[in-house]
Amino acid sequence: MQTITVSDAVGQALAEEMRRDPRVLMFGEGVATKRHDLVAEFGTQRVRNTPLAEGIIAGTAAGAAAMGLRPVVDLLFAPFLTLSMDAIINSAGKLRYLSGGQFEFPMVVLTMTGAGWGVGAQHNHNLEAMFVHAPGLKVVMPSSAADFKGLMKAAIRDDNPVLFFMDLALAHVPGPVPEGEHLVSIGRAAVLREGRDVTLVSYAKTVGHCLQAAQALQEQGVSAEVIDLRTLKPIDEATVLASVRKTGRLIVVHEASRLCGVGAEVAAIVSEKAFGALTAPVMRLTGPDAPSASSWVLEQAGVPQADAIRDAALRLVNTETVAA
Amino acid sequence: MPHTLALPKVLAPINGPIEADSRSEPTMSLSLDPTFRISLLETMMLIRAHEERLASLATPTSPGTCTAVGQEAAAAGVVRALQTRDRILTNHRSAGHLIARGADPGRVMAEVMGRSDGYCKGKSGSLHVSARELGVVLTSTIVGGELSLAPGVALAQKMGQQESGGITTVFFGDGAACEGIFHESVNLSVTWQLPVLYVCENNQWQAYVRRDETMPIEHVADWVRGHGIASRTVDGNDVEAVHAAAVEAVAAIRSNGKPYFLELTTYRQRGHFEPDDQAYVDKAELASWKAHDPIALLTERLTQAGVIAQGELAHLRQRVNATVDAALAFAQNSPWPDPRELTTDVYA
Ligand SMILES: Cc1ncc(C[n+]2csc(CCOP(=O)(O)OP(=O)(O)O)c2C)c(N)n1
Repeated sequence: MQTITVSDAVGQALAEEMRRDPRVLMFGEGVATKRHDLVAEFGTQRVRNTPLAEGIIAGTAAGAAAMGLRPVVDLLFAPFLTLSMDAIINSAGKLRYLSGGQFEFPMVVLTMTGAGWGVGAQHNHNLEAMFVHAPGLKVVMPSSAADFKGLMKAAIRDDNPVLFFMDLALAHVPGPVPEGEHLVSIGRAAVLREGRDVTLVSYAKTVGHCLQAAQALQEQGVSAEVIDLRTLKPIDEATVLASVRKTGRLIVVHEASRLCGVGAEVAAIVSEKAFGALTAPVMRLTGPDAPSASSWVLEQAGVPQADAIRDAALRLVNTETVAA
Repeated sequence: MPHTLALPKVLAPINGPIEADSRSEPTMSLSLDPTFRISLLETMMLIRAHEERLASLATPTSPGTCTAVGQEAAAAGVVRALQTRDRILTNHRSAGHLIARGADPGRVMAEVMGRSDGYCKGKSGSLHVSARELGVVLTSTIVGGELSLAPGVALAQKMGQQESGGITTVFFGDGAACEGIFHESVNLSVTWQLPVLYVCENNQWQAYVRRDETMPIEHVADWVRGHGIASRTVDGNDVEAVHAAAVEAVAAIRSNGKPYFLELTTYRQRGHFEPDDQAYVDKAELASWKAHDPIALLTERLTQAGVIAQGELAHLRQRVNATVDAALAFAQNSPWPDPRELTTDVYA
């Protein structure tokens, strides 16, 4: 087992997939400048710099994908995705259906998001739920180096457009990654910690906060189960439902704002399909409905932290005690 | 049995220097053989008959459609300068491009009518018809969407996907040229030297907005000049001039691998979306463009030159009408899609 950063895990995944399949290519603003190793190995035809024009980067990826290439485009910061939404949502996401299945769009859109860099709201915006809402797309947002590598490889091999969000604060976090071929299936959540009393569901950076909260809860005699969704679309309903049926309590945690976020979806799935198992109301801990500030203090204040998660879990456990 | 035109014949490419950025008519030294000239006429007649039939069906409750009546010379002239290895991207006015490419009018009509025998199983409707088997990919009805996709299709061709040496032709309007993505697309194609033929059908309308309300200049070509792309503006109603220009453009792209911009000046003779009473259209302007109708123009020229006789013309009309009758019958007999198709083809 090697220990490498999330960023290196993605780099490894890219190199391995480009080696494996000559149809894989990568382009974006500064991709060829920053990924020297890929340029050295695969040349400037397959690793390209583009103009600063997000619409045409994404559109070119969709056109190339429909013709049989497997492009990975780096759109840098998630807020820039709004300039490429036409190509991603209206072309890549819809044209397979509208053409009656004649075309496939095997492309990956890589982008960075999340607090931790103090770059302010026009460089930091958790937009993932917008893409979950669009048909024809898949959305991946891992939390560990191993999952970044395995899911990136799976995303490149997937015949659908995959949005791949990297939480900036995780980029330099090291973690164990298996040597050799390592694939993680898109659409499978991971149970990172087993528990009996409450289920904590999260993805990306706040998974770590949930694990810290679970540790703190254990010290107070509360057993929390922690689930990392890893993939937001397709979402792994079965793992979430099985856990809630066991614990009876659910807290969904994410940095994106609450209204119509992934947490709302998870809460709805659970209330539709496991209502009888719930012994307390479902809770959501999310970022506020506000642009993210660049001030480090404000930025951190927008992200659900371990203490808040712990306190919420304690409240839920007590709610039931009170109700009973 | 639905009627299918043979795939376009290929003319020998013309070699020689390409005059970039030319406003002149392309040289008509290209001596077209009579059979080919008549077939251009027949293609235009078939497109017109097909679209007029579709328009006659459109009511407020049955499927409307965007026709390109008056613009048949662009479809016939350009598409028939292409080869099967070439790819086509088009927009909401695609029927002419499809039919010129040899699409079965019955399947095009079935698609517009939402039937299962349409090229896209009835999931496209009139606005995004694509036909992979004909190399007509990724029809976008997002104005400018096709321009966004074109460099990628051409990049894939350049990088050896599918038949070698193919080029990408993208059809779009003057309205699409007002979208920022137009400039992003041309800039990327020039920078990456992608084999794209940009064909702007400047038909003077942008839905219900006159072009001169939104463009301070006459020609989109004036905009692209700054991008360093070879360009030419041609009378888009003269199918032979269009064809000659397209043949030259295609030859240039194949020989130097760089994109080329062709602007065809034409006019949208019917409304934006059927049914449309065109109450907003200047009657005199419409009449003057109808006097320069592409089908009438070629018919007149071929008749004058003795290339086609009245009898043969009548025969062509008959044949075209019979084809459209058969197409309509085919479309009407085609079953509706099974409601279970609602959620198929979303993911690969
Ligand atoms: C992005 C977008 N904006 C607006 C529309 C509505 N619309 C459909 S066709 C059209 C006119 C496009 O004009 P042009 O590109 O010149 O093509 P033409 O219809 O003249 O062939 C408009 C505005 C659309 N489909 N997409």
